[in-house]
Amino acid sequence: MENTALAPPPANKIRVSRLNFFYGSYQALTDVDLNIAEKNITAFIGPSGCGKSTLLRTFNRMYDLYPGHRATGEIMLNDNNILDPRQDVIALRAKVGMVFQKPTPFPMSIYENIAFGVKLYERLSSGEMDERVEWALRKAALWDEVKDKLRQSGLSLSGGQQQRLCIARAVAVKPEVLLLDEPTSALDPISTAKIEELLNELKPDYTIAIVTHNMQQAARVSDYTAYMYLGKLIEFDITDKIFINPGRKETEDYITGRFG
Amino acid sequence: MNTAALYRRRRIINFVNLGISMLAVLFGLFWLVWILWTLFAQGLSAISLSMFTQTTPPPGSAGGLANAIFGSLLMSLIAVLIGTPIGVLAGTYVAEYGRRGWLAPATRFINDILLSAPSIVIGLFVYAVYVANIQHFSGWAGTFALALIVIPVVLKTTENMLRLVPDTMREAAAALGAPQWIVISSVTLRAARSGIITGILLAVARISGETAPLLFTALNNQFWSVNMNAPMANLPVVIFQFAMSPYQDWQTLAWGGALLITLAVLTLNILARSLFAQKSSNS
Repeated sequence: MENTALAPPPANKIRVSRLNFFYGSYQALTDVDLNIAEKNITAFIGPSGCGKSTLLRTFNRMYDLYPGHRATGEIMLNDNNILDPRQDVIALRAKVGMVFQKPTPFPMSIYENIAFGVKLYERLSSGEMDERVEWALRKAALWDEVKDKLRQSGLSLSGGQQQRLCIARAVAVKPEVLLLDEPTSALDPISTAKIEELLNELKPDYTIAIVTHNMQQAARVSDYTAYMYLGKLIEFDITDKIFINPGRKETEDYITGRFG
Repeated sequence: MNTAALYRRRRIINFVNLGISMLAVLFGLFWLVWILWTLFAQGLSAISLSMFTQTTPPPGSAGGLANAIFGSLLMSLIAVLIGTPIGVLAGTYVAEYGRRGWLAPATRFINDILLSAPSIVIGLFVYAVYVANIQHFSGWAGTFALALIVIPVVLKTTENMLRLVPDTMREAAAALGAPQWIVISSVTLRAARSGIITGILLAVARISGETAPLLFTALNNQFWSVNMNAPMANLPVVIFQFAMSPYQDWQTLAWGGALLITLAVLTLNILARSLFAQKSSNS
C-alpha cells in the first residue's frame, strides 16, 4: 500500500483497488489498483480509449449521470469508499472538483460563474462572497485580467481565460482533490503554459489528477505518472522513472513514440 | 488541355445550377411580393384611427375593428400565459429528465402529431368537449383552443434549444455538486433562454392568424365585449366573415385587418430573429 519509492512517502489521498468499470456490457477498466498521493500531481497517459478519462471520472462519480455506467471495486477517499451506493455524490463532488477538456463557462457573469458552486454549500454575505470570488480568481491567476469586468459574461473571455475561470470555479468550493481531464488540449501553447504554471502553484494545497495526451506535459507537471492501455494500468511510478527508465517495454514504446 | 476542358465544364455546371436555384428563389419571392403588394394596396386605405377606436359596423355604416383587435389580443395573451409554462416545463421534462424510460419519447411523438395537426381539428375538439357542453360560444373556449396550439410549439422549441446545450455544460455543473434541478434551472434553461423566448414569440405569431380554431369556439361578437364567457370578436374570424360579404366597406375593413395581422406577425418575427441573433453572438 505504501509507496516506498520516495524518501518520506506522501500520504495517499485516493486508494483504488480492483476497480472495474462498465459502459453497459463493455468493460472499460479492468482491475485497476493505484494510489494517488496527497498534494502531488498524478498524470494519466495512454492512447485514446485506454480508459484514463474513464478512471478519472470514477473519482467524482461523474458516470452516475448516465444510465448503464457502473463501477465495481473500491475507491477510498479519506478512508471512505466513494463507490458505496450510500455515498452522497453531492458531498463527494464538494471535495473532488473537476475541469474538463473544453472550457465550460456557464451562461452567466464571471462573478456568478465562481459564486455558483459556492452557493451550493455555503451561505455567505455579499462581502464574504466578493472575497471568495477574488480569492478563487487569484488562485487561478485570472484576477488581474478580469477584475474590472466581473459582471461581464463568462463567455466573453478567451479560451485560455475560460479554462482558468473553470479552474477558479472548481477551486472556489475549496475541494481537496482536483481532477483535470485534458485541460489544455483545446488551448494554444501560451495558455497551456499558464495552466501548467498554475497547477504547480496549486500543488501545495490540492491533490491533483490530470489526464493528458501530451507526454511532455505529463513529464513537465506531474510527480507520478500512470500509463494505461486497453483499460489496464500498465505501469505506475514516479514520473522521472517512467520517462527515464520505464520498467515495462509497452511503456517505453509509448513514451518514445514507437507505439503501434 | 484536358484540365482546362474539365475546369470549363465544371464552371458551366456550376453556372447552370446557380441559375436554376436563383430562378426558384425568384419564383418564390414573386408570389410573396405580390401577396404583400396586394395586401398593402388594399389594406392601407382601411387603416385609420377609427379602425382602432370603433367596433365592427353593420353594413353600410362607418366602423372599425376595435372589438376584434381587443378580442384577439386578449385571447392570444391568455393562451400564451397558459400555454408557455406548460410547454416549457414539458419540453424541459422531455429534454432533461426523460432520458431514461418511455414517457419522454412517447410525449415527443404525440407532440409532433399535435404540432402538425390541422388547427381545425383543435377547434372541433374544443367545440365538442367545451362549447357543446356549455351550449354557447365563448372567449374562454377560443383561448383554450389557442393554448392547445401554443403548447406543442413551445414544447418543441424548448426541447430543441435544451438539446443544443452541450452535455459538458451539464457535467460541469454536476461536477460542482449541483443537484439536477439546479443544473437545469440555473444552467441549461439559462443557456437556452433566448431560443425559448424566440419559440414563444413564434407561437404568438402562429396563433395570431389562426381562424379555424376560433370559428368553432369564440365565434365572433359584433359589439364591444370583455366578457370571456360570451362570444368574443377576433380579427381572423372578422376577416373571414367580412371578406366573404358582398359589402364594400366590410371588405375594406377585412383588408385592413389582414394587413394588421401581417404587420404584427412580421414585427414578432423580426423581434424573435434579432433577439436570437443578438444572444447567440454574445453567448
